Amino acid sequence: MFAQVLAQLALLAIAVAAVALPLSFLLAAQFDKGNVPVAKGFWSSLFGPAFGTEQNWKSYLLSALVFNLTGAGLLFLILLFQDHLPFNPLHADGLSPAQAFNIAISFMTNTDWQAYTGDETLSLLSRMAGLGAQNFLSAATGIALAFAVVRGFVREKNPSLGNFYRDAGRAVIFILLPLSVVAALFLVHEGVPQTLAASVQASAIDGGIQTIVTGPVASQVAIKVIGSNGGGYFTANGAHPFENPTPLSNFVQMVLIFALPAAFLLAFGRMVKDRRQSRSLLAASVVMFAILFVPCAHYESKANPALSGLAIDQQVSEANPGGNMEGKETRFGILGSTLWATATTATSNGATNAALDSYMPLGGLIPLFNMLLGEVVFGGVGCGLIAILVYTVLTVFIAGLLAGRTPEYLGKKIEAREITLAVVAVLLHPLCVLIPSLASLAAMPPGGEPHSLTQTLYAYASASANNGSSFASFDANTVYQNIALGLVMLAGRFGYAAPVLAIAGSLSSKRAILPSGGTFPTHGTVFVILLIGVIFLLGGLTFLPAVALGPIAEHLSLYSR
Amino acid sequence: MSKKAKRKTRSSLIDPNLLRMAARGAIVKLRPATLAQNPIMFAAGVAAAFSSVIALRNVVTGTPISAEIHITAWLWLTVFFGNFAEAVAESRGKAQADSLRKARTETMAKRIKNIDDTEFELIPASKLEVGNLVAVEAGEVIPGDGDVIKGIATVDESTITGESAPVIRESGSDRSAVTGGTRVLSDRIVVEIGTAPGESFLDRMIGLVEGAKRQKTPNETALTILLSGLALIFLIVCVTLEGFAAYSGRLLPVVYLIALFVALIPTTIGGLLSAIGIAGMDRLVMFNVIAKSGRAVEAAGDIDTLLLDKTGTVTFGNRMAAEFIPIGGIREIQLAEACLLSSLSDDTPEGKSIVRLAEDKYGMSSSIATKYQMTFIPFNAQNRMSGVDIAQVSIRKGAPDSILSLCGNGNAREASGIVGRIAKTGGTPLLVSRNKRVLGAIHLKDIVKPAIHERFAMLRKMGIRTIMITGDNPITAAAISAEAGVDDFLAEASPEKKLELIRGEQAKGKLVAMCGDGSNDAPALAQADVGVAMNTGTTAAREAGNMIDLDSDPTKLIEIVMIGKQLLMSRGTLTTFSLANDVAKYFAILPALFVGIYPQMAALNIMHLGSPESAILSAIVFNALILIALVPLALQGARFVPGPAGAALGRNLLVYGAGGLIAPFIGIKSIDVLINAFGGI
Repeated sequence: MFAQVLAQLALLAIAVAAVALPLSFLLAAQFDKGNVPVAKGFWSSLFGPAFGTEQNWKSYLLSALVFNLTGAGLLFLILLFQDHLPFNPLHADGLSPAQAFNIAISFMTNTDWQAYTGDETLSLLSRMAGLGAQNFLSAATGIALAFAVVRGFVREKNPSLGNFYRDAGRAVIFILLPLSVVAALFLVHEGVPQTLAASVQASAIDGGIQTIVTGPVASQVAIKVIGSNGGGYFTANGAHPFENPTPLSNFVQMVLIFALPAAFLLAFGRMVKDRRQSRSLLAASVVMFAILFVPCAHYESKANPALSGLAIDQQVSEANPGGNMEGKETRFGILGSTLWATATTATSNGATNAALDSYMPLGGLIPLFNMLLGEVVFGGVGCGLIAILVYTVLTVFIAGLLAGRTPEYLGKKIEAREITLAVVAVLLHPLCVLIPSLASLAAMPPGGEPHSLTQTLYAYASASANNGSSFASFDANTVYQNIALGLVMLAGRFGYAAPVLAIAGSLSSKRAILPSGGTFPTHGTVFVILLIGVIFLLGGLTFLPAVALGPIAEHLSLYSR
Repeated sequence: MSKKAKRKTRSSLIDPNLLRMAARGAIVKLRPATLAQNPIMFAAGVAAAFSSVIALRNVVTGTPISAEIHITAWLWLTVFFGNFAEAVAESRGKAQADSLRKARTETMAKRIKNIDDTEFELIPASKLEVGNLVAVEAGEVIPGDGDVIKGIATVDESTITGESAPVIRESGSDRSAVTGGTRVLSDRIVVEIGTAPGESFLDRMIGLVEGAKRQKTPNETALTILLSGLALIFLIVCVTLEGFAAYSGRLLPVVYLIALFVALIPTTIGGLLSAIGIAGMDRLVMFNVIAKSGRAVEAAGDIDTLLLDKTGTVTFGNRMAAEFIPIGGIREIQLAEACLLSSLSDDTPEGKSIVRLAEDKYGMSSSIATKYQMTFIPFNAQNRMSGVDIAQVSIRKGAPDSILSLCGNGNAREASGIVGRIAKTGGTPLLVSRNKRVLGAIHLKDIVKPAIHERFAMLRKMGIRTIMITGDNPITAAAISAEAGVDDFLAEASPEKKLELIRGEQAKGKLVAMCGDGSNDAPALAQADVGVAMNTGTTAAREAGNMIDLDSDPTKLIEIVMIGKQLLMSRGTLTTFSLANDVAKYFAILPALFVGIYPQMAALNIMHLGSPESAILSAIVFNALILIALVPLALQGARFVPGPAGAALGRNLLVYGAGGLIAPFIGIKSIDVLINAFGGI
């Protein structure tokens, strides 16, 4: 078992590195191109002068907001009126305003929380022009925001952070589209359908006629994993054989889930012209991922004590996957499922290939904890880098004090303004998770099961962290939940982006200080340990009490039987 | 390191008088308006008040819970301890401030209208205005800060420097600044008042040592914001926890939740933060350095480049004769005798050192002067030589080119060779001639201060580059800087060049410190991130710098840098410790809170604390006691070992991070054992 885990992790690491390394060159190149001040160029001649000018953090944020809200508005209208629009072969009805709002916000914020069940809910137009488009645009927004934030560290005495439209446009055309085309072709090869026919009729063995939903699945799955979206074509997401037919497709999708987030960490060093910074962020991410994955795999591969009295063989053997196989696909097994679950919650992807609801309490705690940390372990496309940079700023501050030097990161002094903004960013997540969760729970009768507390916590953690995965038994499709979760997703995305862009704007206006012997290194083991410590301590301390009444209480009850 | 803790008024930590004063101060500081200046302690205070109301209500309704009363009491103690730490730090400066204040009062000033007036008008010092002229005579106290514009006097500045030896203050020199409250010992001077009453140097010092006018330093502000953010997070955590618990089946006692809140918020660093700041400034004052702002002290900890004047800092003030080098077959003793004779009337330090060398090395005696009838030729700037005529013999000593042009071509080649050799080693050559014949050269040398090499090595270890500033030519400068061990030098320095150097370093992103005393240093002092003006310097220099060194000892910058670093480190270590403590507090409090809802939560009670009540109380007691236990650390500052920043980071992370994780487990368990040994609660 242990050797298998190691082998699987090593193989994954090698494959991710092989894909992420060239991607990091691509990212850094696009970053640099967006860095050159161009007054009149391709973008401005195409879309008007606003597209070619340098923006300060406020106008960068405003552009991102306007662009995304416009997209969400369009998606909202498509979903609302899909029954009157073309490409609706299965005659899907228009959605209710609350549900359409939730889905529109969900896909615009890169969350891809799917508050609908049934694979016939959406028309092909809704899927392709709506969800599919937002899959690209939300990932591109993440990339653009990361570019802008990194420019805060790179630029000196220059309050502008680049141009949002230019950055986002480059991200779609030069990064996301080519990558998706290649990935989609591979998925088709593995057996994922790609067709405009919405369904096929099959004659079942028992003589009945079965309608099997299909469609342009491969293209959507490709961007689902590449852009840390996670929204599946089918409700069953990565567990559906049409989305994820083979162990190889499972492995490749996992590699793609990591590809851009890892590439961002690698590219960061190139962008700031100090490769050692990449290494420390990457090392911290890898170590944290390992720390999180091991208990998840451990608890899932153990027998479920609730079933121990029954005639069920839960032992691991050649013929028997063993462990907690409820809700898991036999073609992936415990390892393939838990690795996937850890990966897609660590990276803010949110795609699932097993029912997280059926995980053991502590096995399910890991995906939950990943999101409670705020998607900082690799994290989403672009957003992961931003999240770990916010924690790095806080860590640098404490490290600076410990080393007896006013804190600086990459030559930029971290002062009251940056700390205030970082605190606002960090404060947002507990606010968006704990208070709405509580509001939801308050509507339920007291004396509830720890498991429903976990479900609710999971839903809001997922929304606030823009992850999108869920415990399936959580009833999200109510007017209240649709709107509350939608608002939390919005806050989790732009409420976080605003202070972080403000930090970047503040840093980019400062002069850079050359490192000297008195500067403490932000690479190397000590800093990595401190960074991991700050992330785990802050995340742990904030959510441990709530988690104790959820998964931990459930675990202790289960094992004390 | 030369630690000069001169201030005898400094009292030890456990002086009962001081403790009594601090305890009184701590109670006064419970006023909400005062408490509100420190967000963390304010939150703790509000929590304690809230807890009191609940405990009181339960007492009134006849359902008092003993644990709640205990917890409330310890919450108040936590707040009190935080105030106490600050009050201790403040009261340490109070005694000193009182003695300073005495110097300020009672002074009368003799105001005169014109610089040459002898008639004066007697007015209180507090009525003086900037630009007024006052006459001060022997035995009188100088009524205000200003510059001597006429006369020369010896002044006793012991009230501010603690140094009893009098100093000389003279008009028109770099030593013209006088400080109000100091006493003229001899002669009469006329002082032009430079600062308004109430803003004088003495007032600034009093404000500083008392901590009354203390403003938060930028970094302290940032840390306060971070700590407040954490407190806000824990507020959300604790408030929502009641809701989660209600959902899970049972409401938690509010006092317990308040206890959890106070245990989690960083009271350890929150309570000690201002004490650290006050103590840091206090330490500077102990080193006889007055910082005009806390910002400067913090900046001092970050210095990358240190500019030091050669003279007086790297080397002793003056060049000294090191060697006599004869030429043209002259015997050494002959040369020595000529040198001695030529320097007998030379009162310059160089001249005296020549006499001393002749006496020490060649056994000559200056009484030789009485043997001959001598006519001394004083130094004159035109032909740049001096000497003596004895009957028909004329001995001259002076700059090489002057002597050579006097003597013609006799030994010119050999003399030039030796002159060149001396100059190359950084020395200053003088030539000596007798009757227009060159006898030899005198090698004048800068003598590097004995321990300075180690000091620079220490600075290098701390990552600070030292640059020596000198008016010497580059060759001399290079030789001395090599001998002293500085990293770089600026030769033939002019005020413009200094300013240029500082701006250049700053443009490269470095923080620059420099010290200076002269008026021509003022622009550079103002430009530097940390400018340390010597107290002996001019008012212009003292105004331009952001620190004033009362001892006028430039190497003290090293201590200033260390105090700056210590200040940050004390904050960092206590913050880390405070946060790391929360882990153990969770393990104490959470099982105690939840065991009523889920009995299996007892499994999380890994410390095996006696009862839920004793567990929560132990955590709160530990929280309060650790605050008071760390007061000495806050006042003395975290230990600073010169070395690379990375090493300090690792060491402090291990001691205060790992230590902060482990210590409370031991502490809370011990307190719990004690509580239960005395019958629990």
